[in-house]
Amino acid sequence: VRAWVDQQGFLEVETPARVPAPGQEVHLDAIAAPDGADGRFLITSPEYHMKRLAGAGFERIYQLGRSFRAGERGPHHQPEFTMLEWYRAGGELERVAQDCEEILAAAARAVGKEPPPVPFERTTVGGLLRRHAGVELRGDETVPELRAHAARAGVTTSASAWDDVFFQLFLDRVEPHLGAHGPVFVFDWPAPLGALARRKSDDPRLVERFELYAGGLELVNAFGELIDPVEQRARFTEETEVRRARGKTVYPLDEHLLEALGRMPPTCGAAMGFDRLVMLVLGAREIRDVVAFADDEV
Amino acid sequence: MATYDTSDIRKGLKIMMDGAPYTVVEFQFVKPGKGAAFTRTKIKNLLTGAVLERNFRSGEKFEPANVEIKSMQYLYKEADSFVFMDTTTYDQVSMPAETVGDAAAFMPENLGVEVLFYNERAVGVTLPNFIELPIIETDPGFRGDTATGTNKPAKIGTGATVNVPLFINVGDVVRIDTRSGEYLERVGRG
Repeated sequence: VRAWVDQQGFLEVETPARVPAPGQEVHLDAIAAPDGADGRFLITSPEYHMKRLAGAGFERIYQLGRSFRAGERGPHHQPEFTMLEWYRAGGELERVAQDCEEILAAAARAVGKEPPPVPFERTTVGGLLRRHAGVELRGDETVPELRAHAARAGVTTSASAWDDVFFQLFLDRVEPHLGAHGPVFVFDWPAPLGALARRKSDDPRLVERFELYAGGLELVNAFGELIDPVEQRARFTEETEVRRARGKTVYPLDEHLLEALGRMPPTCGAAMGFDRLVMLVLGAREIRDVVAFADDEV
Repeated sequence: MATYDTSDIRKGLKIMMDGAPYTVVEFQFVKPGKGAAFTRTKIKNLLTGAVLERNFRSGEKFEPANVEIKSMQYLYKEADSFVFMDTTTYDQVSMPAETVGDAAAFMPENLGVEVLFYNERAVGVTLPNFIELPIIETDPGFRGDTATGTNKPAKIGTGATVNVPLFINVGDVVRIDTRSGEYLERVGRG
């Protein structure tokens, strides 16, 4: 995999692991790692600092490193895990999807296996919901409208947030079908599910984002990056308010990042769960089978 | 009883769901990269045995199911019900035949069983996986015919019929899997 990214002209970078602003996302919690009273946290992903490099003119960069997420333990989750993250200036999101196909091929060959046939299936969130749940999703539904959709698909939920209702529907009806017949890209996510992604020019209710599912694993998340610092600030502020309302730790806004976004050319970025990639090509059932020491073996 | 939330989920936890008692058969932490954490479960309806898949959002709460499993002894059948006795307290409880269901076929008198109580009412019986019972009626056996694959019907002490190999005779004691109703082996000769 390293040989492939190097040969593509990506520069390997290293960014800080301990930061004041580890990520605003409502559903990610950082692990506190203060030195004295500096209030820092371990990164939940290297995204913010890699984007600062992208804003400084680095057009192709990658990092293979550790990210940390509090409370995530399960067959496909470890609180400390390896992520391959890369950014590509210019290109369409489709180009990053091809990167994924080539990385999967390189990983398969590395363990002496036949790469999966390309191109991988490409579908959309809307198409999947239509097929598996009979739901026509526009992306700008109100929470009650979304709940009504879910109820018609036989999914009841007590959730009151848009994304929680969506994921109840998605996990119940769609996800069990994903990746059963080979890897599949899921494009065109509703705008509430892409806080760092730019809106699609032909349908602003959707964002430039895909997820790659393979072998029952959520393997890659990729964005056409939002580079409008004003809109990004508004979305961060909204997420901060949700975190505050739910009693979660509130992290400061990363002003350096917002400043860098203004200088960033159109860029696509992707993050791949590297442990999951190894699981996939080796046919392992759990992350613990592909790391030397799982979290409870330390 | 206190309410449970998703962090309490483990195999065998008994919870109320849609007005019925369920037990957790399997569970797994799942979390979409950009979404809330969920616990994916398989849960079994304790009244009907139906197994469902349900995803619970982290923090969701459930009521515990008021269920209890007691070791009891099956005593006898009267009219349309079966009478069981608690082997510790000697309390007796009667369960309608339709609730006992298919279990009756492999439930000889004095058998030790587990009885499920839901809201203090006996709602189901679980037999031991294996029982040993004498054959009371079957066509004569053919000594020496131990070939497998050929079977004949035989009536056991409870009145139920099982398929047994041709060499089995009246009075032989056979071991039966109560879950499948299948003959397993001969454990005694008549």
